[in-house]
Amino acid sequence: MSTPYAKLPAWADYGLIPLINLSVAFIVAGFVVMLVGENPLRAAVILVEGAFGKGTGIAFTLFYATTFIFTGLSVAVAAHCGLFNIGTEGQAYIAGLGIAIVCLSFDSTLPWWLTFPLAIVASALVGALWALIPAYLQAKRGSHIVITTIMFNFIAASIMVYLLVGPLKPAGSQAPQTRNFLAGAELPKLNWIIELFGAKIRSAPLNISFLLALAMAFLVWLLIWRTKLGYEMRTYGHSPKAARYAGISETRIIITAMMISGALAGMMALNPVMGDQHNVAIDFVSGAGFVGIAVALMGRLHPVGIVLAAMLFGMLYQGGAELAFEMPAISRDMIVIIQGLVILFAGALEHMFRPYIQALFASFSPKSVGMQAVNGKGA
Amino acid sequence: MAQAAIELIGINKSFGAVRANRDINLEIARGTIHGIVGENGAGKSTLMSILYGFYQADSGEIRVGGKPASIKTPNDAIALGIGMVHQHFMLVDNFSVLENIILGAENDALLKSSIAKARSELERLEREYGLEVDPDAIIEELPVGLQQRVEILKALYRGAEILILDEPTGVLTPAEADHLFRILRQLKEQGKTVVLITHKLREIMAITDTVSVMRQGTMVATRETGKTTVEELAELMVGRRVLLRVEKGEAAAGGVKLAIKNLTVRDSRGVTMVDDISFDVRAGEIVGIAGVAGNGQSELLEAVSGIRRAVSGSVMLDGKPIDLTGNADPGELRDRGLAHVPEDRHHVGLVLAFEENENSILGYHDDPRYLRGPFLNIDAIMADASDKIEKYDIRPGNPRLKTANFSGGNQQKIVLAREIEQDPGVLIVGQPTRGVDVGAIEFIHKRLIAMRDQGKAVLVVSVELDEIRSLSDRILVMFAGRIVGERGPDATEGELGLLMAGVEHQEAAL
Repeated sequence: MSTPYAKLPAWADYGLIPLINLSVAFIVAGFVVMLVGENPLRAAVILVEGAFGKGTGIAFTLFYATTFIFTGLSVAVAAHCGLFNIGTEGQAYIAGLGIAIVCLSFDSTLPWWLTFPLAIVASALVGALWALIPAYLQAKRGSHIVITTIMFNFIAASIMVYLLVGPLKPAGSQAPQTRNFLAGAELPKLNWIIELFGAKIRSAPLNISFLLALAMAFLVWLLIWRTKLGYEMRTYGHSPKAARYAGISETRIIITAMMISGALAGMMALNPVMGDQHNVAIDFVSGAGFVGIAVALMGRLHPVGIVLAAMLFGMLYQGGAELAFEMPAISRDMIVIIQGLVILFAGALEHMFRPYIQALFASFSPKSVGMQAVNGKGA
Repeated sequence: MAQAAIELIGINKSFGAVRANRDINLEIARGTIHGIVGENGAGKSTLMSILYGFYQADSGEIRVGGKPASIKTPNDAIALGIGMVHQHFMLVDNFSVLENIILGAENDALLKSSIAKARSELERLEREYGLEVDPDAIIEELPVGLQQRVEILKALYRGAEILILDEPTGVLTPAEADHLFRILRQLKEQGKTVVLITHKLREIMAITDTVSVMRQGTMVATRETGKTTVEELAELMVGRRVLLRVEKGEAAAGGVKLAIKNLTVRDSRGVTMVDDISFDVRAGEIVGIAGVAGNGQSELLEAVSGIRRAVSGSVMLDGKPIDLTGNADPGELRDRGLAHVPEDRHHVGLVLAFEENENSILGYHDDPRYLRGPFLNIDAIMADASDKIEKYDIRPGNPRLKTANFSGGNQQKIVLAREIEQDPGVLIVGQPTRGVDVGAIEFIHKRLIAMRDQGKAVLVVSVELDEIRSLSDRILVMFAGRIVGERGPDATEGELGLLMAGVEHQEAAL
């Protein structure tokens, strides 16, 4: 009798509920738009058209989505092991250092297709090592990972500021960033794929790391649901006691999961650094690590869900920029409010409408909620 | 018959499509002790929750003292004179008895007058019903038997005429249970009505006047206790004949498989829970450890299975030492043929969020049979899970179903199947049938005896004395972290009960 509501069919669980949550978020956001005296419908049209209407918009949307896929996967891997990695932001930021070293060393001598694998390894390694310290402290000292990863975000930021205004800055430059990379460290664009479908693209930063992100999404799925390591991570994530019983080492599993999480966070840096700006600049992560938390939650910690949620946030970023441009009354901050509402309804309040929908399903079609199996079988 | 204290007429309650209560009619006579028995999930708790205002019935009528009553919240129930003593006590641990009694019944912002009034009222109640408790004692310092008394006093203080007790003896020693029964009889003599929910048929026979049996949400029978038997009630509960005591032959004990010497274990607060214990378990015998919950049995199991680090002592498995004080690893012990069915299957033995097949390899996920390189061999795991489902009659027989959706008995079968099918030399089992329905108990007991007959060493820890007596070839009694006695399977309940209560000199007591 502990669970009065049984589970929903998958399509409702993964399709209907997120859709309802999103709709509510947009309706509330619509009221906000009305408050500043604009037409919410027109705003919605501008937002969607800005994100998907033109080839350039689509390319930008996918570029942002790439970043969020990496950070979303990073948060999800840790979450499957019961760890809340809030340090994705810092792990991605400090990984920029690894990329900078590789790119600044080899961009004049190696072609991009040799620099890229080196940079992948460097970014993943630096990200993983940055996650290793909080993981070690959690596993061995019991220092709470939420606290330590937050603090490590600040440490990473301070180190990067020091490096970018000092050692990594070219002499005589006024900007807090590395010198621009040469062609050997520039990732090829993927805009031609969109152009295949007949859309025109002026200039957009969508690059090959999008494909890397999709590959990582697949690998994460493989890791979590198909490998022994993933099985152990999930066991620990659901019940540390059961993991202890099963002979899974707490230290090993925490450190492994956090290092994989950190590596995924680190790879995020490839997209803006090598794919777009072609330098490492101050604050190039700009909150993508935190968006990753929302993306992971909204994607229900499943790689497919994370890719879709990342697309949604990519759309909000790109469409939001267009909206701020088209409607002067809607400032950049208003866009952040709309994004916040999406996070609130889709992430934090995810279960708000669930009981009603479950009750609705149960009353219309008991079979669809799989209840007859439980009946008469005892608790 | 006396006037009915409570009448339930045509009560229905569904959770979604699950009909937890269907068409329940029940009449509880004033001034009697009325037992309600049924397996887990039969709907007893739902029915009582409706009566106490936790749930609303979908249809049906409740009459209290002959008048139709609308009970929407527990406060309504209290106002009608219905009190409930929950299975898990609803007490604030660091409050005094008096503070707990007035909690929720404080009359003004300043507690002074309430406390003074409560103190005199409490003294009256204690005198009247023989429920002595020090009003100023702190709850967490009281033994569970007294904590339960506080719960009863709490209900009486609120003017309860009808007292519902949900599985009240689960945490008590036999002596404490006897005391509770004396209190209940006294309450009855004073004209109170007692409703006792339990799955222990012996208690029903010992104390109730009338007994109602529930099965799968329906009320299948109501009997006068004097005119029924344990066998009849068990059959009514399960719907078929059950063996309450599994037949077993003589043990053919062989060499020592598991030897525990001077084992000492502390809990996380540093309190010594297992105090210098030594015993052996031989091949082909079942050793049962009896004791009231909390006397170190859990820590003993955890230490021997490698989950909890021991402070000192040595353990030999098949004549070779295990380092339980250093880095004992449950996985390594498993490899050496020691399987463990833990007491807490919900948090330790199973991952409830996993599919059944995933749980069927928990702890054995390193076994190359289930792996293909670093990957899980899903085909092999599924085949293996289906095989176990068949062999152990696990229902529903779907290895993809989430483990939380299985009943307690079937969950326990999942754990047992996993551990027994690895063919271990030593099997240690904590609470083999806790929260398991009567039908599955029989099955589980047969399996454990079959293990013994195959020459395995089996160590069983249980707080159910009946279970220990029916399974064990040798019974060890634990009290306050020590083994206070060893008895054969023919030991009487009274004898074991005294040992469990820590009475050292059994000759004097008998």
